[in-house]
Amino acid sequence: MNPVIQYFKNIKDAVVTTGVGFGVTFRHLFTRSITLQYPTEKWDLPERSRMRLHMDWEDCIGCFKCARACPVDCIYITTTKVPKDFDLGETANGTPKRLLVEQFDIDMSECMYCALCVSPCPEECLYMTREYEFSVYDREELIYDFVTMPEGLTEEAYVAIQEEKRAKAEAARKKKEARAEKESKQTDTKGE
Amino acid sequence: MQGLTHFFQHIGISSAFWSFFIATIIYGVFVFTFLALFALVAVYLERKVSGHMQDRLGPMRVGWHGLLQTVADTLKLLAKEDIIPRNADRLLFVLAPVVLFLGTYMVFAALPFGPGIIGSDLNVGLFYIIAVSSLVVIGIIMAGYSSNNKWSLYGGMRSAAQIISYEIPVGLSLIIGVMMSSSLHIGQMVQAQATGLWGLGGIFGWNFIQNPFAFIALFVYVVAGTAEANRTPFDLPEAESELVAGAFTEYSGMRWAFFFLAEYANMWVVGVLGAVVFLGGWNSPIPGDVYVPGFVWLFAKAFGIVFLQIWARWTFPRLRVDQLMVTSWKYLTPIAFFNLVGVGFWLLLI
Repeated sequence: MNPVIQYFKNIKDAVVTTGVGFGVTFRHLFTRSITLQYPTEKWDLPERSRMRLHMDWEDCIGCFKCARACPVDCIYITTTKVPKDFDLGETANGTPKRLLVEQFDIDMSECMYCALCVSPCPEECLYMTREYEFSVYDREELIYDFVTMPEGLTEEAYVAIQEEKRAKAEAARKKKEARAEKESKQTDTKGE
Repeated sequence: MQGLTHFFQHIGISSAFWSFFIATIIYGVFVFTFLALFALVAVYLERKVSGHMQDRLGPMRVGWHGLLQTVADTLKLLAKEDIIPRNADRLLFVLAPVVLFLGTYMVFAALPFGPGIIGSDLNVGLFYIIAVSSLVVIGIIMAGYSSNNKWSLYGGMRSAAQIISYEIPVGLSLIIGVMMSSSLHIGQMVQAQATGLWGLGGIFGWNFIQNPFAFIALFVYVVAGTAEANRTPFDLPEAESELVAGAFTEYSGMRWAFFFLAEYANMWVVGVLGAVVFLGGWNSPIPGDVYVPGFVWLFAKAFGIVFLQIWARWTFPRLRVDQLMVTSWKYLTPIAFFNLVGVGFWLLLI
């Protein structure tokens, strides 16, 4: 192309493209921003998101199925046999507990969030929560201990607590029954 | 300034020298305070505009919608450690931010803030401003040389080449305003734009609308002025991706803050000069008598040009060094000369 024509074409191109560029940014100036103010607002998580594991110790029967399913072996369980006449109570599903689960640790620093441990659990007490903000300063803090039994509690003491609980429940039940009987009597007299 | 001097003479300071001296100090402090506040506002505006242009929000945490963000940043800068590299040329290193800021600060002696609010009402005001603002380049070269750092030196060299190249289109464009107003006196230049050729007043009196050459000159001036203020897309002296921070790499804390302040002050100078020379200074854009204080119009126009510079920064990528030179010498300078001749004939014939 003729250099003179090229020169004026360059000027024209510069002016036009500058205008186009300004137009693009000006349009975006009034576009709704996509920023999410993170700690105060959060994204909605997908329905089956897999985040931190949680276990309800009261419902665990110590069957080891989750520990065996774990591909990285990050679930550590220790169970103890209790004497036959000791009653450990029942799980939420109604299964009687036969083993005392002394240790139930999950090392979340090793966990790969595959959720293979969740489905084998017969008592449905191991599940993924939606909590994903659990960074810590020390790697050791990522080992979660789910045993809610107070430290140093012996089997005997545990059984005693269970006994006491059951006695209380029994007393409450009796009291309720007595009241119900009384009330039914009252309604009877009224009915006559 | 003159008003202040007379005020001090009036309240009993008989010596003309002392009343002038006190008035100078007060005006100087006022200018510095204004610059600091302007930098706060401009940095906030810059971050907000850049955020929204990229579909972000910009600062949101400190204060309502991040209003106090720049205040917090300034406090952080003031509290930072002042580091001087061991092998730096200490004297020049310490002096560079002072010289750079001085170049910008001296401009404000003749830069108006509104009708009558001017440090020194020079009859060659515009000439003085153009002359003094070139001092900036010495500060940047000093900073680049004394840092004893290859990136800094590159930055300083680029800055010299850039500012010298772009002074010419800036100067030539401003001369067009001088020709049309037939004065170098800032107040008279603004006064000349009050009525205009058609006697309509308002926006029709402003220089840039008088003839096509002046209209082109306004754009040449804004582009070259952006380059003189070392702003993106012409920020080669401190090209982050190539030269770390160019001439300012080794600076920290207060000294760095002064470079930053000077950059924003330069933006303001470019804005006010553009407003005074092409956009009718403190004249109202609406024909007829509308009572709005003059400085409001001047500030609005200057902020308009400052916004244009911010807008350009977040729109265009940085130029290469050769592209920078081509833009100035092959395009802007010839166009500016063409405008100059065109305006000359226009004024002669029409």
